[in-house]
Amino acid sequence: MSLDSPAVDAHAVDSQALFRYVLRLGDLSLVLGQRLGEWVGHSPAVEEDLGVANIALDLIGQARLLLTYAGEVEGRGRDEDKLAYLREQDAYFNAILAEQPNGDFGQTIVRQVLIDAFQLELYERMTNSLDVRLAAIAAKSVKEVRYHLRYSSGWLVRLGDGTEESHARVHTALELLWPYTVELFAEDDLDRLMADSGIAPRLSEVRDAWMQRIEAILTEATLKLPKDRPHAWHGKRGQHSEHLGYILAEMQYLQRAYPDARW
Amino acid sequence: MSTVLPDVDERVGLAWEALSAVEDPEIPAVNIVELGLVRFVKTRADGTLEVGLSPTYVGCPATEVIRTSVSVALRAADIGGFEVTQVLSPAWSSDWITAEGRRKLHAYGILPPERTVSNVRDVLRADRPMACPRCHSVDTETLSQFGSTPCKALHRCRACLEPFEYFKCI
Repeated sequence: MSLDSPAVDAHAVDSQALFRYVLRLGDLSLVLGQRLGEWVGHSPAVEEDLGVANIALDLIGQARLLLTYAGEVEGRGRDEDKLAYLREQDAYFNAILAEQPNGDFGQTIVRQVLIDAFQLELYERMTNSLDVRLAAIAAKSVKEVRYHLRYSSGWLVRLGDGTEESHARVHTALELLWPYTVELFAEDDLDRLMADSGIAPRLSEVRDAWMQRIEAILTEATLKLPKDRPHAWHGKRGQHSEHLGYILAEMQYLQRAYPDARW
Repeated sequence: MSTVLPDVDERVGLAWEALSAVEDPEIPAVNIVELGLVRFVKTRADGTLEVGLSPTYVGCPATEVIRTSVSVALRAADIGGFEVTQVLSPAWSSDWITAEGRRKLHAYGILPPERTVSNVRDVLRADRPMACPRCHSVDTETLSQFGSTPCKALHRCRACLEPFEYFKCI
């Protein structure tokens, strides 16, 4: 099975840089999808079990497209499976927010709103990427992400504007997770190179749009916007919290124990 | 070449015929042409037929099954060499479900996508009541934005008390 869109054009950036950048996108989806999968069979109701599982499925679908592309850009013969199952923790480049534990359902929803809104604003702009393959993946993914945000923001409003207990829980979760959002928008050399090359949008632009959206949702949910605090997270450079190791241990176990096992 | 193939137009026609017989594995009431998943059948310079397929949702497990079913169907149709290509851009839209496909979905008990995707605001927010595909009452409620497959949401009719699925517009 081949893909219709050719890989990046002739004036492309250094392929190692593009490889790492595409992994940032793909790993965010993969790790968050894996986290959401932990809810299957444990959600508060069967409808939420379906909802969360469906979002996880979409995210893993995005990750498959992105990791496949990353492997082609790298040009060393690694496919989506090799990249997902056989990379060590420090070769994963997702922002640390994605790997934070599920906590209660409210905490999962807060994490989801923060990342859904990020992906929505990022992908909407990436549909204009000069990298035609990324533009195509973004255009496909953004349609699904709209439904994810509709689901997660709907729940955040219900919980925030719900009972005293539900409000207190999502308030605590928001305070807990907010500091990790800083990393999503902390522009480093790689982000800058991608924006300068017309491959990715400027993160400052994405952040402004994201903030508007988040403020509107929080207002409706009767939640206060937390204060920004300086961040020291570098998941995008492969420095992770202790949580990622456990996620990978579960996700990679089978391929590590039985190399090249297939369905 | 030991076998004689039909001419190009005929092969393309046979391919479309074969594709029209491939059912969606999760909604067997409609075939993949009616769902708008087949983007093109074209002939390459070397005579190979190229079939473009689009996924509905990127993570939908049915996509893999459909790809396999398409290869099996095309091989059985004796159309000669072919290749199946995944088409991501422009992204598949529920607007591409044919009129016949919509009719069949409705008859099967699945409400076809109501609005066009051009109205993004609708996708993000507002929920207008859906008409129950069984009794046509609009006294219905949303049970879940996500149903038994990624492409459907779950609703319930308060009049006839039956649950029903809605094919989301995307």
